Amino acid sequence: MGTLWFCLVALMLTVYVVLDGFDLGAGVVQLFVAHSEEERRLVSRTIGPVWDANQVWLIAAGGTLFFAFPGLYATSFSGFYLPLMIVLWLLILRGVSFEFSRHLTDATWVSFWDAVFFLASLLLAVFYGAALGNVVRGVPLDNQGRFFEALWTNFQPAGETGILDWYTILAGVAALVALTLHGALWVSLKTERELQARAQDLAAKLWWAVALFTIVITWSSFKLQPHLQASYSAHPWGYIFPVTAVTALILIIVFRGNESRAFCASCAYLVGMLASVAFGLYPDLLPASTNSASSLTVDNSKAANYGLKIGLVWWTLGIILATVYFVMAYRRFAGKVSVSSDEEEY
Amino acid sequence: MQSALAVDRLQFAFTITFHYIFPQITMGLALLIVVLKTMALRTGNEHYNRAARFWAKMFGINFAVGVVTGIPMEFQFGTNWSAFSKAAGGVIGQTLAMEGVFSFFLESSFLGLFLFGEKRLGRIGHWFSAMMIFVGSWLSGYFIVATDAWMQHPVAYSLGPSGTFELKSFWGLLLNPWTLWQYPHTMIGAVQTGCFVMATIGAFYILAGRHEDYGRTFVRVGVIVGVIASILQLYPTGDGQGVMIARYQPVTLAAMEGLFHTERGAPLAILGQPDVANQRLDNPLTIPRGLSFLTYRAWTAEVKGLEQFPRDAWPDPIELVYYSYHIMVGLGTIFIAIFVIAAFLLWREALFRRRGMLWVIMLAMPFPFIANMAGWITAEVGRQPWLVYGILRTSEGPSPLVSVGSAWFTLIGFMGLYTLLGILYLFLVYREIDRGPDAGVVASSASVN
Repeated sequence: MGTLWFCLVALMLTVYVVLDGFDLGAGVVQLFVAHSEEERRLVSRTIGPVWDANQVWLIAAGGTLFFAFPGLYATSFSGFYLPLMIVLWLLILRGVSFEFSRHLTDATWVSFWDAVFFLASLLLAVFYGAALGNVVRGVPLDNQGRFFEALWTNFQPAGETGILDWYTILAGVAALVALTLHGALWVSLKTERELQARAQDLAAKLWWAVALFTIVITWSSFKLQPHLQASYSAHPWGYIFPVTAVTALILIIVFRGNESRAFCASCAYLVGMLASVAFGLYPDLLPASTNSASSLTVDNSKAANYGLKIGLVWWTLGIILATVYFVMAYRRFAGKVSVSSDEEEY
Repeated sequence: MQSALAVDRLQFAFTITFHYIFPQITMGLALLIVVLKTMALRTGNEHYNRAARFWAKMFGINFAVGVVTGIPMEFQFGTNWSAFSKAAGGVIGQTLAMEGVFSFFLESSFLGLFLFGEKRLGRIGHWFSAMMIFVGSWLSGYFIVATDAWMQHPVAYSLGPSGTFELKSFWGLLLNPWTLWQYPHTMIGAVQTGCFVMATIGAFYILAGRHEDYGRTFVRVGVIVGVIASILQLYPTGDGQGVMIARYQPVTLAAMEGLFHTERGAPLAILGQPDVANQRLDNPLTIPRGLSFLTYRAWTAEVKGLEQFPRDAWPDPIELVYYSYHIMVGLGTIFIAIFVIAAFLLWREALFRRRGMLWVIMLAMPFPFIANMAGWITAEVGRQPWLVYGILRTSEGPSPLVSVGSAWFTLIGFMGLYTLLGILYLFLVYREIDRGPDAGVVASSASVN
């Protein structure tokens, strides 16, 4: 039961990264590919109807984590107190800037809020990567299963660690380039002509950066967290996840020119990478850098069985419904966005 | 403020108070937008569609601020109250996760459709989206109230081996008797806010001589729904909530009423200042035997005063519970008066000529917000000193390793950010009111065209 919920929470977080990933990426990309106010509006229209619903996956995943693994939720949220609060502020700034630049008419303020949107999107991508880096590296859990991490200490991933060290910063930048690529592919999928051409150009350049960072982050993760190697050695079938990620990464470049296939490949890449991490960590949820006996695992963090069982019933129902809404919403807004006046927006 | 506990509490109180300004508007407006869309569908009159579009814009702004200020609420359970989360997550995590899975997906997907796809959806489809936003936002309210109700009156749990609370009955948690009163009371409070917001802006348009046809529609819808809501708020929902408190939290009832000494035929205090040190109510204006009757339906029933309970079970501070309760009830009574008079004038077709009454409606704008806040303060401060009533003290809830300094850092951060947010919000809302319902689509897309 615990393992099942581990998979489900990981699944929800993955869906969140794939979906909100493209609108975070689009927020970063807009500054580089949109040269006029009109083009910036177009980019914002590609994500306008869906970004809010995409973000709900984070909230829903948070809630699911809360009830399935209360121990993990409590420990990790209080231990990552400062970075989480900063993430919250960035989410607030990002949501507000998006809404405001949509409602304002004054060009000066619109450009200001576009810049805030860019910065908040960029920093969020970095923080998400760094957060995952912290989980992989492990945190200094004490013998009561508690920890508190400063934002940074000496930037070394050993000893008294902080949220930011060279490894987690690396993970943050890796996430940033991967999500920016994801966003560029999304923009090229949803737009036409010069805007699309510029997005594709950017994607082609970013691809090399993503490839480089994939190698570097994979190598350093295996170096730093021996648990990963142990998991893969014990169950070699797990190599299917990294293989998926690498194949998908190659397919992104192969499918150059076919926007929808390239975007799908990018989704598969993100899924492959996150699944690789999840597989490598299991059965740990939050490894301890101090003493592996203190690690939070599926078994020592999960809620009681009755709740998990009953949760499975409503969760399944709820996610089926959510999937229906998403398919419906995405189909309604399928195709390229345009500036034509026949569509109302308010 | 030397302890993290105090700062944690202050931060939660500050962020939740600011947050709840927005959901009460959106939950109320969601209902009223359905009313307007239904009128448009039934009469085929485009006027109602344009009115609905104006309110959808308002809804959109409020929803956005509500969402971004709502995420910190869910996160704070883990960040600032980890001991509580660890103990109670197996129970309240259920309702919080259900809120995300059942209502947020529904609400946000259909809001995207509603705001961006009127032409693509068609008339029925657009009405249906409005309906789904209403269902989504009211479901969300249910799960949150169910969560709070469990903290007010814990049911359907057992104590697990490691000192954590485990869920024993799913339906027991969802159908907590406390929820069944608190939920309608909360939602009708939100409807009243929505009604005042709509009627107030309508009254402003009529008084200012701008968009008067819309102004009349707004006032009419706001007043008719408002008169029903304001009466339901008193009876049966407010009354039912009061009975719950008398039964399960008698010490809170005593604090709310400022009743220090146990009495038969206890009086109902209308005004007066509680003097906790001397255990009496100064300058009291009371209705003799009123409290006994309201609580137990018997004029001579005995009502327990604060003296009956140990000091460490008293809500803290008593004064805050007492005043917020009295403010809530006083304003609720005034709302009934305003709406009943306005509805009477509307029925006599005289309301739109009575400028004095329109002024009253317009200036009433801030008060439903105050009444809703005061109600929540009564409930949550009244719950003290317990985090989960009777089983977990608030002092046992905070995160053990989050320092006072860290808590201050984030509290100050929230204060700064929310100040900015509040200013921007007021500016945007003012701008939409100024542009009026005929402005149609927002300028961003208009400027593109």
